[in-house]
Amino acid sequence: MDLWNWLEYGAWGLSALLALYMLVDWLRTDSTYPEDVLTSSREGEIEALAEQHKAREAHHG
Amino acid sequence: MADVDITSQTMDGMGPHGTRVGLLRVLGPAHVWALGVGIVLVGEYMGWNFAVGKGGAYAALIACWFAGLLYTCVAMIDSEVTSTVASAGGQYTQAKHIIGPLMAFNVGLYLVFAYTMLEAANAITAGYLFSVVASMTGHAAELDQRPFIILVIMFLAWLNYRGVLATLTFNLVITAIAFGAIIILFLSTSGILGGGIMDHAALFEGHELPYGWIGVLAAMHFGLWYYLGIEGTTQAAEEVRSPARALPFGTLAGIMTLLIAATLTWYVCSGILPWEYLGDGVDGAVAPLFDAARLSGSTGLVWLLGFGTLFATLASANGCINDASRACFAMGRDKYLPGWFGAVHPRHRTPYRAIIFLVPIALIFALGAPLDQVITFSILSGLLGYTFMPLNIILFRRKWPLETIKRGYEHPFHPIPAITLLTLCGITFFAVFLGYGTQLVAMIGFYIVVSLWFHFWRYRFVNRGAQFTMPWPKPRGY
Repeated sequence: MDLWNWLEYGAWGLSALLALYMLVDWLRTDSTYPEDVLTSSREGEIEALAEQHKAREAHHG
Repeated sequence: MADVDITSQTMDGMGPHGTRVGLLRVLGPAHVWALGVGIVLVGEYMGWNFAVGKGGAYAALIACWFAGLLYTCVAMIDSEVTSTVASAGGQYTQAKHIIGPLMAFNVGLYLVFAYTMLEAANAITAGYLFSVVASMTGHAAELDQRPFIILVIMFLAWLNYRGVLATLTFNLVITAIAFGAIIILFLSTSGILGGGIMDHAALFEGHELPYGWIGVLAAMHFGLWYYLGIEGTTQAAEEVRSPARALPFGTLAGIMTLLIAATLTWYVCSGILPWEYLGDGVDGAVAPLFDAARLSGSTGLVWLLGFGTLFATLASANGCINDASRACFAMGRDKYLPGWFGAVHPRHRTPYRAIIFLVPIALIFALGAPLDQVITFSILSGLLGYTFMPLNIILFRRKWPLETIKRGYEHPFHPIPAITLLTLCGITFFAVFLGYGTQLVAMIGFYIVVSLWFHFWRYRFVNRGAQFTMPWPKPRGY
């Protein structure tokens, strides 16, 4: 067993840990938040909101 | 929308406490540069030299500059359109707004495949690099590359999962080191700093164009390798603080960097390595810049270019995960793919499901497919994407002339770049056909089949009304 054999084991182990982290966090996130919140992103949201905001300001003004 | 107030800390519409969870706008022009150059720079460290094998060193230089012209057109066109369509998905979103759903679906698939295949190719390369380092440091047995290939994909997927700012800041640092390494190698071997070791005249004598002009044409296929992926900057459109400024700035600075890096790479490698060795990327110069550093006799340069090669590979894989997941996410959000992909992580603000979904696909290709096939699939998908761009910009200018929508950047000499790009794409298709005709036909067959599937089945699920949210005026003529 030289250093590279240990590094091979280390790479397997670290890969498994990272995969496990993502898997657990994914399942936890999906069970914590409702689906319509998670998929609520809309294209051009900020621009659309900014436009609306400006329109509202103009209306108040 | 009534319960949204963008001036509020908690009900700004973009957080878990508000009504919307969106991607985070935290990136600047340097991150855009790092994304584009990071994906590409590995092509300077390895791969481009197959062009030398196809037609000799001069053919590789001609291919380098013609491909540079092709990508300069790509960068200019992309910069104009994407500074207006500032949304994730890049060219997919552009196609959706400007051409139509079928084109958008195809372009979206080109993007997902091109970047996922490129990510797999980079992971294979990283595994190979680890095995080279192992044998150089005295490891007697053959190194098992699989754990390192898997680790590269897992680590970078994890980084992408955790947040875009850390991901692209990481890319910025390693890309800058990899680019700096090329500059230092050039300065050290050309005679500007210390003694020069280049001898272009002797190496080229009698081998100017060994296969004539058809060799130059064939070299165009691998000429793309110098710049393939710079168009990926557009995927950051929904995460930059100022799309109209950062996207054109980052993209155009990126193509300039690559033109310099590509020309210097050719100059250094062809002046040090014989063309027969340089052109053989399998049994000869697998990593030509690293080989040039080894011939320099400087241990410092060997280490620098060794790290440069590894960093360029990691930066490319990292950028590819970022881009493939954004394209997949944007298609999911519009229901071109299942809406499940359109989810954003409420804390990390990343398209986490798209990132996770693409991990096993990248692993399957990285562990089970031959490198040259994976790369060819990536190049062909990219090339199909470039062919769409001239059509895209011509229609964009026709439907929304300059005075109707304010652009962050207006590219000059329209329609010359579009026509040039279309012509160069046609030439490159022919060059690819010479070497990989079967794959080209198979690939086009694949996209025809999935287009039919989209037209007759998938399109009924698309969010037809909700997919267009840009505050644009009506297109001219409609």
